[in-house]
Amino acid sequence: MSTTTPEAVESRIVEALSSFGPDVDQVTREATFEQLDIDSLDLVELAQIVEDEYGVELKGDDMKALKTVGDAIDLVVARAR
Amino acid sequence: MPDALTAAAAPTPLYPRTREGCAFVTGASRGIGAAIARALAADGWPVGIGYNASHEAAAAVVSEIEAVGGQALALGGDVIDRERADAHFSALEQRFGPVLALVNNAGVRADGLSPQITDADWDLVLDTNLTAAFRATRRAIPPMLRERFGRIVNVASVVGIRANPGQANYAASKAGVIAMTKTVAAEVARRGITVNAVAPGLIATDMTADLGGDLLSAVPARRAGTPEEVAACARFLVSDAASYVTGAVLTVDGGMSA
Repeated sequence: MSTTTPEAVESRIVEALSSFGPDVDQVTREATFEQLDIDSLDLVELAQIVEDEYGVELKGDDMKALKTVGDAIDLVVARAR
Repeated sequence: MPDALTAAAAPTPLYPRTREGCAFVTGASRGIGAAIARALAADGWPVGIGYNASHEAAAAVVSEIEAVGGQALALGGDVIDRERADAHFSALEQRFGPVLALVNNAGVRADGLSPQITDADWDLVLDTNLTAAFRATRRAIPPMLRERFGRIVNVASVVGIRANPGQANYAASKAGVIAMTKTVAAEVARRGITVNAVAPGLIATDMTADLGGDLLSAVPARRAGTPEEVAACARFLVSDAASYVTGAVLTVDGGMSA
């Protein structure tokens, strides 16, 4: 399992999201997935990364509620504790 | 020089595997599933041999594959058993790496004219042929997303395309498999994952041993197909050569649905 400090989770999620297309400096906490052109399939892959690396299982309903990068980081940090 | 014990010739790879990972074929202890497992093993895929009750037959397929230098693992349990099916994926991932080729082949028949199909007949066929295939697909995709590569081949049937009286449940399950194939294919295409179906017609296996005569007259080729002829198509669909083929239904039926 990866380190689960909030900083480590944030940096991993930003890295994962930028691998889906957007420039890494666009991936701020406030950025919405819509602005970043991150779609539902990207979020399924993000959920798999989070499960593999932090043991946190994110269900479809969890994912649907996420609007911004910060939402995703906060959810994973909260669940990973 | 190979010694006598290893003298069995390794089969010639047609489409050598190019990714680190393995294949999982459900219902692979005999018939079409066993032929597909042998074909994928010949191309270098370590193969999970899913089986329900036929432990000895599954072990024989594993031995056959290993005897010619391949790798295989027998995985027993009903595909309807959700936990067992999930455990099969975990076992394969531990032993061989991610499942990058899934062949949903396990299937059953419980034929009868519609008024005579019981709820149990309906549920058994739909659960085994369609629901279990969906669950395996759902389990397989996330690791494939991360690999940016995946191959899912669903074994449907010409009966999912054209009528065959006495098989309302089987036909519904196979038509469902075809619809699922197309839908999932469209969902995941941009991640290098292809999802296709093969639709066998009358194939000479244990499952069709009681059919034959009547159906044969509907086959332009005037003969039943072999499991190997279906396996050849699945093998192609799993290969890199088929990278732009997705959402397709490849009939393997001697012209039956033409």
